[in-house]
Amino acid sequence: MTIGLGHYLSVAAILFTLGIFGIFLNRKNVIVILMSIELILLAVNINMVAFSTHLGDLVGQVFALLILTVAAAEAAIGLAILVVFFRNRGSIAVEDVNLMKG
Amino acid sequence: MIAAVFFYLFASICVASAFMVIAARNPVHSVLFLILTFVNAAGLFVLMGAEFLAMILVVVYVGAVAVLFLFVVMMLDVDFVELRQGVLNYLPIGALVGLVVLVELLLVLGGWAIGENVTAAITAPIPPAADVSNTAALGALLYTRYVYFFQAAGVVLLVAMIGAIVLTLRHKPYVRRQSIAEQNARSKASQLSVKQVRSGEGLSQGLQ
Repeated sequence: MTIGLGHYLSVAAILFTLGIFGIFLNRKNVIVILMSIELILLAVNINMVAFSTHLGDLVGQVFALLILTVAAAEAAIGLAILVVFFRNRGSIAVEDVNLMKG
Repeated sequence: MIAAVFFYLFASICVASAFMVIAARNPVHSVLFLILTFVNAAGLFVLMGAEFLAMILVVVYVGAVAVLFLFVVMMLDVDFVELRQGVLNYLPIGALVGLVVLVELLLVLGGWAIGENVTAAITAPIPPAADVSNTAALGALLYTRYVYFFQAAGVVLLVAMIGAIVLTLRHKPYVRRQSIAEQNARSKASQLSVKQVRSGEGLSQGLQ
């Protein structure tokens, strides 16, 4: 029973699907949507590291490091926007984001 | 054998807690399950041999991002029960899209193969773990060939930090602040006046 690349890719695929499912499921709660995006990025990172270690190329881990950086920056900016939005509207529902009537 | 046991342990807890992230009613529970997901993903990274990224995942995500989420969840005074209403409206379309994505990914997983000339294209082979640790190898690559990307990551973080501060900073009008320029611009003539106080009457007026 050896654990190969396919096992890790399966875990990453399931995590990715759960992230997308979470975005649809929690349409009203922006916090959970941000957490779902974190899940999606984690799945991508698992893929990167799995291919990197399986193929023996270290560049994939460098790429995963950069994805991690961007994910952290995205979480910080997203939560800051969320705080400002809550101050203005008193709600964090996605359906209330229609100030511009676009 | 032991690696397989640990893989299934980490993977099952990771997937289960990821499901609880999106299914939990309380967002605080969601954040805590997100922490559990990341810790178990770090375990998977260790199993794969990427120790540095595993530790970064624990430090950055559990230590910074998850705490940030927890902070925001607790700071916002939101009625989360009301937010959960209408979840079932989106369940069919969400399940449909999720199912399609999962089937597509599994089809890809079932049919892929690594090309013959991929191994020839490897530019930074991982050194044997007995000679060079994962951290040292990653650092030797990151600080030399990918130093500009490293700097760009730093710029991204700087922009994120400044953006978050600018977005959330607000000046409260009722807070008294020190203005050093105003203090230095005060002169004796504008602030002092000599009063002639007559004896027996005191200062009943003119102090303002």
